[in-house]
This record gives sequence, C-alpha cells and structure tokens, in this order.
Amino acid sequence: MSDKPKFAMYWAASCGGCEIAVLNINEKILDFDANFEVVFWPVAMDAKYKDVEAMEDGSILLTLFNGGIRTDENEHIAKLLRRKSKLLVAFGSCANEGCVPGLANFSSIKDMVDTAYSTVSTDNPGNIRPLTSYDMPEGTIHIPTLNPTLKTLDQVVDVDYYMPGCPPESHQIAAVIDLVIQVLQGKAELPPKGSVIGAGPSTVCDECQRSRNVKTITSFKRIMMTEIDPDLCLLEQGIPCNGPATRSGCNARCPTAGAQCIGCYGPAEGVVDYGARLISAFASVIDATDPNEIDRILDGIPDPAGQFYRFNLAGSLLRSSKSAWEKEKA
Amino acid sequence: MTDKFEPTIIGFTCNWCSYRAADLAGTARIKYPPNVRLVRLMCSGRLDPTFVFKALSSGADGVIITGCHPGECHYLEQNYKALRRFQLMKRTLVGLGLEPGRVKLIWASAAEGAKFASEINTFVEEIRALGPLHWGIPSDALPVSSVALEEVPA
Repeated sequence: MSDKPKFAMYWAASCGGCEIAVLNINEKILDFDANFEVVFWPVAMDAKYKDVEAMEDGSILLTLFNGGIRTDENEHIAKLLRRKSKLLVAFGSCANEGCVPGLANFSSIKDMVDTAYSTVSTDNPGNIRPLTSYDMPEGTIHIPTLNPTLKTLDQVVDVDYYMPGCPPESHQIAAVIDLVIQVLQGKAELPPKGSVIGAGPSTVCDECQRSRNVKTITSFKRIMMTEIDPDLCLLEQGIPCNGPATRSGCNARCPTAGAQCIGCYGPAEGVVDYGARLISAFASVIDATDPNEIDRILDGIPDPAGQFYRFNLAGSLLRSSKSAWEKEKA
Repeated sequence: MTDKFEPTIIGFTCNWCSYRAADLAGTARIKYPPNVRLVRLMCSGRLDPTFVFKALSSGADGVIITGCHPGECHYLEQNYKALRRFQLMKRTLVGLGLEPGRVKLIWASAAEGAKFASEINTFVEEIRALGPLHWGIPSDALPVSSVALEEVPA
C-alpha cells in the first residue's frame, strides 16, 4: 500500500469511450501513475465493490465518474463513491447531461425493452425477457433494475467538478491531470467547486475557423446530400450545426473536418437549456415571415427534438419525453 | 376549491401591444378566467424558448405567448422572430410528446382588449379539456398553486 493519493474511475451507463480517452493521454499516463495510486477502476483492474465499501470515507482523492445513472446499481455506486471521494468529477457527457444513453428518455422502459428483445433484429422466438431476480436452490440472485428514466450524476449526488465531452478530448484530460498534480505539489489551486473543467468558456463557433457573414437560411440541408463550401460557416450553408449553443474546448474538430457540430461538449457557459438555445439560434436566421414558408423550411429538420437533445436530454429542463415520465408516475 | 380542474397557465405578453390589450381588458372590466399568470416582456422577440421549457417543467399546464400583429412590432420585425421560434419550439415539444395545443401564439393589438380576453377564455377551456400536465412532477410533490385557485371578484 503506497501513500500516494488515491484515484478511482467508474463507468455507469456509458460506452467505455471515456476510458479510452484517458488512455489516449499517451506518455502522460506515466506522470499520472507516478502521482496516483489507482484503487478502483473496473475497466482497467480487478476490484470489488466491497473493497470500496471497506475504504474510509473521503479516502479517495479523485474520482472520475463517467456514465449516466440508468440502474439501481449505478445509483448505489454513485452514492458510494461520493462518500468515499474528496473530489467527485462528472466525467464525460453521460455523467454531465445523459448523452446518447439518455436518449432512452424518449421512450418508456417497456418500449425500450421491447425494442431490444422483440424486434426483427433479435432472434427471440420465446419472447424471453430478462428477470431482475431469480430463485436458485442456493438462494435468490439479482441483476440490476432499470430506473424509469436515466439521470445525470448531479441529479443523484453532489458533484464537485464537471468535465464535458463525448469523450473529453485527451489534451483536456492531460491538462486537468497536470493541474491536479500541481495542486498536490502546492503549485496551483483548485477552481471553485461546481466549475466546468477541461473545456472552454465560450462556444464552438468561437473556435471555428470557418468564415461567417450574415446568416439567412432558406432551406436546411442534410450534410450528405449537399456540396459543402470548405471555408464558409456550415449553418450559413443550411447545415444544422449545433456550434452556437455548444461549449468550446474541442478546437471545433467536427466543423473543421467538414461535419456539423452535434453538441457533444454540452451547453456553453450560461446556457440553461441547450435545446432552447439552439431553437433560438436556428429560428433567428431563418429567412421567412410567412408561417407556411417557415414550416416548409423547418421541414428540413425532420427530428428537432433529436437534433437539439442528442446529448442533453437527461440534463435538460424537461429531462425526458412525456411518455417516459408518465410511465414513471404510473 | 372546486372539483373542476383549474389549469395553471403562464402567459408571456409584449409590453407594447398585447400587455396593453390585457390592461384594456382590465379597465373595460371584461372578465376572463384568473388561470393565466402574465409575464410582461419588452417584446415577443425577447421570448427565449427557455422560459417556456422552464414554465412547463415547473408545473404549468399550458403556455400562451402574445405579441403585436405582424408588421406592427415596436421593434420592427421581432415578432416574426418570435413566430419562427414558436414554430420550431412547438415541433420540438411535440417531439418530446407534448400535446401541440398546450402552447399557443396569438397576436393582439393594444386596442384589442376584448379579443385578448376571449383568446384567454378559449385557451383556458382548451387546456382544461387536455387535463393536467405536471411534466415529470410526481403527483405528491405538486406546486401548491396548481391545487387551489382563489376566486377573484371582478
């Protein structure tokens, strides 16, 4: 047992991309290893929940928590790690705002499970469904139960810092690890609790190198069905680019590469509801005053709820669709 | 308190036309139901869709937005901006499963007190027919305001 500060990383409802992003810091991982003792990181090493339960409260210095709260197991571990950690970081889009797993909040659990087990893509002639508990001769065994909706980490426990991104960019992770090491060495101070770390204060548009003029949109286009000007703002070309509401920090990677921003860095500073901000931004630049003409132009965005809440549904003001929370209440 | 469902409605009115229409309805002593709580904005173009989302997520059963007639905006064309935002916002809310009738945009000039009152009347009855919304709020944690409404003598 070393006396190095302890580090934990956990994945709840997530894809594992956040872990890969951490490993993508390359040789910086050696600095990390020199300064921290990893005590719990299910994707990288073997550890049991009871080992964490046996730790003293507050004994883990830094926990990076990625993934949304989808099951009772996720919720249990979130509360456990909150108790054991001095600094709990909501790491990556899922923990911050629900991300793609949070899109399940468009549907009720029943619809979701039906889709997974009873559609043409699944060979399930007996229409078998997972059970959450099963009686064995040795006793009853359990698997985690799905919560009615996916929640973000800070809807379940108190969070110290937020680090957005799907996944967070590796250079941002390296910078944050550097900062924590400097804090440990007394060379720097931690930002105020509740801060967003490892990201910029502004919007993706601010980092985007494309040229911008006055925007007047007469039709929205899908990116694969149109010829793109390589230097001009994508939104100006009618491509629904989420840059105006999305937090900076990624160096505008997607627009630079010719693809629209889909919003993985979450709401920019001061944005209360990400989708509402985008509705404002898009509607402001539509060049029409006649309701029918406006409708024709808006038909170019076939799924506005999906367009505006791809990453942010669970963290938005409304949090889920009506059908999802109605089932939750029933 | 009556057994009849009394909807909670948030109304966003613009300072120059529709809020004055509401004022005129008041000075003319035209009755309309007290279910609507008006929030005055300088212009319907000030309406950030966030306001509507916040109202719906905080217990409102419906939201009505009122502005100057097209071509009569005090700030030239901001009511057209409100119109575009409203249409996109409504599509988004429908995508989230909201009944389209729970949000409404109407135009009312400062001279149209009677029209304003009758629009509110209609909207309250439409929302009453749709029933309570209570977006995501468990029934045991409802805001008090949606439970009882005081009757105000005209």
